[in-house]
Amino acid sequence: MGHYSVFSLVKNAMTGHRNWQRAWRSPDPKPKYDVIIVGGGGHGLATAYYLAKEHGITNVAVIEKGWLGGGNVGRNTTIVRSNYMLPANTRFYEWSMKLWEGLSQDLNYNVMFSSRGVLNLAHTPAQIDAYARRGNSMRLQGVDAELLDRDQVARMVPGLDVSEAARFPVIGGLCQPRGGTARHDAVAWGYARGASDRGVDIIEQCETTGFLFDDQGRVSGVKTTRGDIRAAKVGVAVAGNTSNVLRTAGVERLPIESHVLQAFVSEPLKPLIDTVVTFGAGHLYISQSDKGGLVFGGDIDGYNSYAQRGNLPIVEHVAAMAVAMFPNLSRLRLLRHWGGIMDMSMDGSPIITTGPLEGLYLNAGWCYGGFKATPASGWCFAWTIAKDQPHALNADFTLERFHQGRTIDERGAGPQPRLH
Amino acid sequence: MRIPCPTCGERDVGEFTYGGDATVARPAMDETDPAVWNRFVYDRENPRGAHLEFWQHTGGCRAWIKLQRNVLTHEVGASELVGPWSKPSEKDAQTKRQEPVE
Repeated sequence: MGHYSVFSLVKNAMTGHRNWQRAWRSPDPKPKYDVIIVGGGGHGLATAYYLAKEHGITNVAVIEKGWLGGGNVGRNTTIVRSNYMLPANTRFYEWSMKLWEGLSQDLNYNVMFSSRGVLNLAHTPAQIDAYARRGNSMRLQGVDAELLDRDQVARMVPGLDVSEAARFPVIGGLCQPRGGTARHDAVAWGYARGASDRGVDIIEQCETTGFLFDDQGRVSGVKTTRGDIRAAKVGVAVAGNTSNVLRTAGVERLPIESHVLQAFVSEPLKPLIDTVVTFGAGHLYISQSDKGGLVFGGDIDGYNSYAQRGNLPIVEHVAAMAVAMFPNLSRLRLLRHWGGIMDMSMDGSPIITTGPLEGLYLNAGWCYGGFKATPASGWCFAWTIAKDQPHALNADFTLERFHQGRTIDERGAGPQPRLH
Repeated sequence: MRIPCPTCGERDVGEFTYGGDATVARPAMDETDPAVWNRFVYDRENPRGAHLEFWQHTGGCRAWIKLQRNVLTHEVGASELVGPWSKPSEKDAQTKRQEPVE
């Protein structure tokens, strides 16, 4: 693949942009690889990329049942942040943030990462206290955080209703200036191109239907709709389908429920919101894409679902929250709206681990925070697969933690997936 | 999605609060094996298809019901009231009989 640069752009412009090469190869599956990654989403592709780049393991296949970018990596609201409080989460997401900051250069692919800031609004003194505590925890761990009063919030987000008459009057907020957004499709395409360049086979339209086992009962490959493929190590990064895929390997129960989360894009507007605003009291997060559409979302629908589409009460609720915070949106029309399936874990934190079977590796439980984790998730999962043990950054994200009383419950919501 | 409430009839999903997988059986109170309790609290089958689940009609009669629903198509099936008068389903009985894996 050619290197993308201003020169390649000029050269291709001369020939009418008809000679660009495909960004990644489309090979037929080989019978055997060193590592198979099940799931060609952001996390799976990032894992393959870092396996090749950091660990020199290039005999890798990424098996995707649909097309690249068709799952949650193309269905999120593109927010990147690391404003967590618990140390295990802060360490991990801050590493992800650092990878985001250099990702376009690293991949030679513009992922349009934009540090436009992420602002959490506060409406009560108790919320300000909680944000001060979280901000202090973040700063103690080397993450940027700024506590804002109402006037600072009003200057930062001019369209926001900060009046006393607002449904939930704003009294301040917590801002992470380095947070922001990225172009989600470009993340999938950039990682795919980087991995493919290094020799990884990306096999689309190939669904994993089961697993192969050797004489010792160790996982030795996968059964797919395009035939059996063998490998010494199989990593699974399939988000909302985790329970379903692992059931074909004989794992009947996991601390995961699949739920549907809806997201929305409005018709394009002139620049209105140049940051990411999150409104936790009613649950809304909103930003504006470079095309001008407002990109926003809210809570999960709150019941088990694999349907990739939600129901109208949440549409109404999210729209009501958007108008409550930004009254000037009241006559805006929705352009598109869709759903994605979240692997909601029992404590709201992810799982990146060896197991649960010999030869198997699991990357799951992303709830609805998987997009911002993509680089670190791939980086840590690649380490875990290459070295057969977790990196310090994902050592706490085990599957056993639920039975050991070591849950990482950022919200303190308990074992209720729909509340995380 | 509209859910049939045995007392109120078919109502909008917005009137209901979700209560999770109804095939998960609570261990007996004298159960002393932590693995059994851990399985009850944390581990779910999370099927992609037919799902028996609890809902509470919080915006109506406030009764807890058991609903049969397909989580892939959102097709809603039969519901029944939950209470001491409701018989445990066949799947409940199976779950109770199962020995812990660990």
